[in-house]
Amino acid sequence: MYIAFMQAFDYVNATTIEQAVAVMYREGDMAKPLAGGTDIIVQLREGRKNAKVVVNVKNIPRLAGLDWAPGGALTIGAATPMHLIYGNAPIAAAFPGLMDAFSLVGGTAIQGRASLGGNLCTASPAGDTIPALIAHNAVCVIAGTSGWREVEVEKFCVSPGRNALQRGELLVEIRIPANATGAQKFGAAYLRFIPRNEMDIAVASAGVSVVLEGGKIVKARVALGAVGPTPIVAIEAEKALIGAAVDDAKAVAAAMAAASTAATPISDMRGTLAQRKHLAGIMTKRALESAISRAN
Amino acid sequence: MKTQVSTTINNEPVEFLCQPNESLLEVLRNTLSLTGAKEGCNNGNCGACSVILNGVLVNSCCVLAVETEGASVTTIEGIAPKSGGLHPIQQAFLENAALQCGICTPGFIMASKALLDKNPHPTEHEVRYWLAGNLCRCTGYDKIVKAVLAVAG
Repeated sequence: MYIAFMQAFDYVNATTIEQAVAVMYREGDMAKPLAGGTDIIVQLREGRKNAKVVVNVKNIPRLAGLDWAPGGALTIGAATPMHLIYGNAPIAAAFPGLMDAFSLVGGTAIQGRASLGGNLCTASPAGDTIPALIAHNAVCVIAGTSGWREVEVEKFCVSPGRNALQRGELLVEIRIPANATGAQKFGAAYLRFIPRNEMDIAVASAGVSVVLEGGKIVKARVALGAVGPTPIVAIEAEKALIGAAVDDAKAVAAAMAAASTAATPISDMRGTLAQRKHLAGIMTKRALESAISRAN
Repeated sequence: MKTQVSTTINNEPVEFLCQPNESLLEVLRNTLSLTGAKEGCNNGNCGACSVILNGVLVNSCCVLAVETEGASVTTIEGIAPKSGGLHPIQQAFLENAALQCGICTPGFIMASKALLDKNPHPTEHEVRYWLAGNLCRCTGYDKIVKAVLAVAG
């Protein structure tokens, strides 16, 4: 006789945001939203998280799908799986810096289910989508029993495995502002360091975006992954780049040094503290180079 | 409390009862006796439980069976022609000796089918990239890649 290891829970197939939020408010931390399930089902099975109710949220229309018109902002329903995002050719072409990250979360079968909102809510220090979203100034749209609110992605992760959602709140969608247009050129990239070619967890990563105008960097975002308890915004690295010419090697060196300084990693089986601080700078430089080339 | 689920498995309507905490893999194997999909890691790393759910390759260990209400599931048991013989990918795995112990094989074949359904003529790089979520500890992968490329022609 096979023994099911997963703890018992009730299942609610929510079809409206109000229905999901009501259950999640009633049960508090013992209600767990289910989108792709590639994190939560494993966590429940392994006893790393507990649930009295699992709320399937991917049949709520607003949580499933993409909203974008050429030149406009991109809205991604929180339960939308990775393959539907990077598989959308026009969106993939318009946001290559996001697709860098979305296309390397797990292998093919994971990407068939794993959702963008789920990767955010899991709030892993090494979550690949998060630095890329920060580099794009993405915003989380959250529904709750007492109304809706917006939280910048850079403020969404509060500690390893913990996000900013309060009791009864549900991440509904992620909004990415429209790329700069006209004389301003936007470019972004996400890169991670892993010892394998594929299917691994970042040792260190960086999501970088720039807005170029007249050969100068007028805006820059530098977000680091896997080098701290949450993704880190390297503000000093951003400052080092803003105002610099795109070929200013001194500014790039300053940004690399600032990124290394901003990194607060631990040593673990994936890498040492020193290696990760070093890599934070290297990943920043390489992602910056890619972002600049995409902006031109 | 058990829930009744109506689904389509390998083009046949199937109804089953399951607890909310049972995975699709557990229901396939233990309730429906479709033991082709294998339990390897049970956490989404190894791909031995790969099935095609509504046209998309998934790890059935990371799907709740209750989620498959109204869905269409294809497992390794459903890909050979009903008239007999093997699916071309199964045949190519045999001809290229792309298996040894066989535990990973149903998952590899389902993943390969999902790839070839979407991209009938992948490059070797695309095959290796697509199959990166399926682990094999016997073959060293080369013969598996060769078999998939043989079908792709």
